[in-house]
Amino acid sequence: MGFLDIDNVTKSYGAVEVLHRVDIDVDEGEFLVLVGPSGCGKSTLLNMIAGLEGITSGEIRIRGRVMNGVHPSRRNIAMVFQSYALYPNMTVGKNITFGLEMHGTPKAERDKAMRDVAQLLQIEHLLDRKPGQLSGGQRQRVAMGRALVRDPDVFLFDEPLSNLDAKLRVDMRTEIKKLHQRLGTTIVYVTHDQIEAMTLSTRIAVMFDGHVQQLGTPKEIYDSPANLFVATFMGSPAMNVLPTRLEERNGMLHALLTGADGAERALAMPHAPAAASAHKDAEVLLGIRPEAITDPEGADRKARTIQPMTNRVTVTEPAGADTFVTMTLSGKDCIARMRADAYVEPGRDFDFAINMDKAVLFDPRTEARIA
Amino acid sequence: MAIASPDTPVRTARITRVFIYLFLLLFALFYLLPFGIMVINSVKPLSEITGGNMIALPREWTIEPWLSAWSTAQIGVQPTGLRPYFINSLMMAIPAVLLSTAVGALNGYVLTKWRFKGDTLIFGLLLFSCFIPFQIVLIPMARILGILQMASTTQGLILVHFVYGIGFTTLYFRNYYAAFPTELVRAAQIDGAGFFQIFWRIMLPSSGPIIAVSFIWQFTNIWNDFLFGASFASGGAAPMTVALNNLVNSSTGVREYNVHFAGAIMAAAPTLLVYIVAGRYFVRGLMSGSVKG
Repeated sequence: MGFLDIDNVTKSYGAVEVLHRVDIDVDEGEFLVLVGPSGCGKSTLLNMIAGLEGITSGEIRIRGRVMNGVHPSRRNIAMVFQSYALYPNMTVGKNITFGLEMHGTPKAERDKAMRDVAQLLQIEHLLDRKPGQLSGGQRQRVAMGRALVRDPDVFLFDEPLSNLDAKLRVDMRTEIKKLHQRLGTTIVYVTHDQIEAMTLSTRIAVMFDGHVQQLGTPKEIYDSPANLFVATFMGSPAMNVLPTRLEERNGMLHALLTGADGAERALAMPHAPAAASAHKDAEVLLGIRPEAITDPEGADRKARTIQPMTNRVTVTEPAGADTFVTMTLSGKDCIARMRADAYVEPGRDFDFAINMDKAVLFDPRTEARIA
Repeated sequence: MAIASPDTPVRTARITRVFIYLFLLLFALFYLLPFGIMVINSVKPLSEITGGNMIALPREWTIEPWLSAWSTAQIGVQPTGLRPYFINSLMMAIPAVLLSTAVGALNGYVLTKWRFKGDTLIFGLLLFSCFIPFQIVLIPMARILGILQMASTTQGLILVHFVYGIGFTTLYFRNYYAAFPTELVRAAQIDGAGFFQIFWRIMLPSSGPIIAVSFIWQFTNIWNDFLFGASFASGGAAPMTVALNNLVNSSTGVREYNVHFAGAIMAAAPTLLVYIVAGRYFVRGLMSGSVKG
C-alpha cells in the first residue's frame, strides 16, 4: 500500500465512462506526472484526488485513509491551478494565509508560516501587493506559496507552467524540481508537455482515452514504451515508426526497409526480443528514436549493434545544438538527429549509423510493443 | 482615440470633424432643452409664466416655488409639500434595492458556481419574470398584500419591488459570475472556505461593477415606478411619483406651474444623482490579476 492509493478508480458522466479502472500507487516523496493529450482524463483524475469531482467507483486513499466523499479541505492536500486562481481582492500575504485562516490557525502562527514560505520562494517583497500587480512568474510563485504554506500530504499541480512564456517555463520547471528535492513532498502533477513529464517526474503515467497506457520511470517510458501511442507521444521529435518486414537471414532477425531509391535495406537485430521471432516473415512496425540514427562518428560507442545504412537525404534542419535530417524510408519520413557539425547535404546520399539496441518493434494490429 | 497620427487619408477630415461635433452639440442641446425649460421656470414667479413667457430667462429669480413644492404645496387634501413622499420613496427604494441586489447576487452565485440539476430551468423561469408586464401582477399582488395585511404600506411596496426585481438582478449577477473563473471557487474550497465564506470573501469583493449596475437599474426603476405606487400605496404611504401626480393634477386653486416644475425636478433628482455617482463604478478591471491577464 502506497502513500497515495488510486485503487481501481473509474469516472462516468451518465452512461459515458471517461476514466477506466485507473490503478496507481504513489509512494511518499514521489513525483508522479500524469501526461497525455487534452481530453485523456488526466485533469479529471487530479480533480478526483482533490475532491473536486466525485469518484464513480473504486477508492482513493491518502495515508491509508479513504477519501471518497471527503471534502477537499479535509484531505490535507494543496493544489496549484493552471490559471493560478489567486484571489484578486486580497494581497499576496492574504492569499497565502487564507487557507490557514479558514482552518482556524491563530494569527501569529499564520504570519510565521507566511514569512517562512515567502522566504523559501523569495517573494517577501511582494506580500503587500495585489495579484494584479504581479508578473506571470511572480503569480506562479505565490500560487505555489499558497500550496506550500498548508504543509499538505500531497501537492496537486494542474498544468501550472502552461501559462508562462518559454524561458520562464524552463526556469520554473527547475525551481519546482529543486523544491521537490529539498522538501521531499509527494506530488501529483498534470501536464500535456512530455518534456515537463520527463524532466520532473520520478514516475510517469501516460494517459490516453481514459486509460493509463503505461506507468513507469521516465527511462522505462522512453526506452521501452508499452505501445505505439506512448512511443510517439513521448519524445521530440517523435519516434520514427516505419512499416517493416522481419526476416531471418544467417540465423539472425533482420528488419527489411525500403530506401529512397526503392532498394531494400536490411538492418540486423541480433538482440531482438524473443517474442519477435513469432512475427518472422510478417509485417511489423519498427520504432527508432531520431537520436538512434546518427552519422558513423556520432554513434554511441557503447552500443552493441550499430547498423550502417546509406540513404538519400531530403531535408536538413540545423537547430543549433543538433541538426535534424529527414529522409524517406519505407515510404515514410524518417528523422535523424545529428551532431550540429555533421556535414549533411540535402539531395545527396549519406551514410547513416543506426543504433539497433534502441530499436523497438510493435505489432501493427494491437499496437503493443513486441517484447 | 485610436488615431496615433493627425495624418489621415482623407483631406477633408478636419472639416468632417467640425460637422460631427456641431451635429452632436445640436442634438445634446435638443435633448437638454426640456430640462432647461423646467429649471428656468422653476425659479420664476408664476406671473411671468402665465404672462406667456415660458422660454425666456426669469426677470426676477426666486426659490419660492422650490420651498413651496418641498414643504407647503397642496398634495391631495394636505398642504404638506412633497417632503413626506420623498421620504416615503427613499424608505421604499433603498431597502428594495438592497434586498433585490443581495438575493440576485446569491442567485447568480448558486446558478453559476453550485450547479444543480434543473438550474437552467430555474434560471429560465426567473428570466421569465422580467418579461411579465406589470399589469398582470396587479390583482394577484393586491390579494397577497391584503392577506399579509401590507396593503397601502411602504413595507408592502418594498415587498413588491423586491420580488419583482429579483429576476433582473439574478440575470445580471448570473451573467457576471458566469465569466468569473471557477478555479477561484475551487481553490477556496480546497482552502476550506464554505458556501457563504466563498460568496462573502471571494465573489462579492470582485463584484463592484455589477453591483453598481444592479443598484442603478433597480433604483431607477423603483424610484420611477408609478403603477405599483398608485395601486398599492395611495394616501400617506404614496411614493414621490404618485405625490407629484397629485400635486400637478390637483383640481383646486391656481395651477402653480413653477411649483410643478420644481416638484418634477425633485422627483427626478435622485435617479440623476445615482447615475452621476455610481456611473463611475461601471469601469471594468476589478478582476484583473486573478488569472492570467
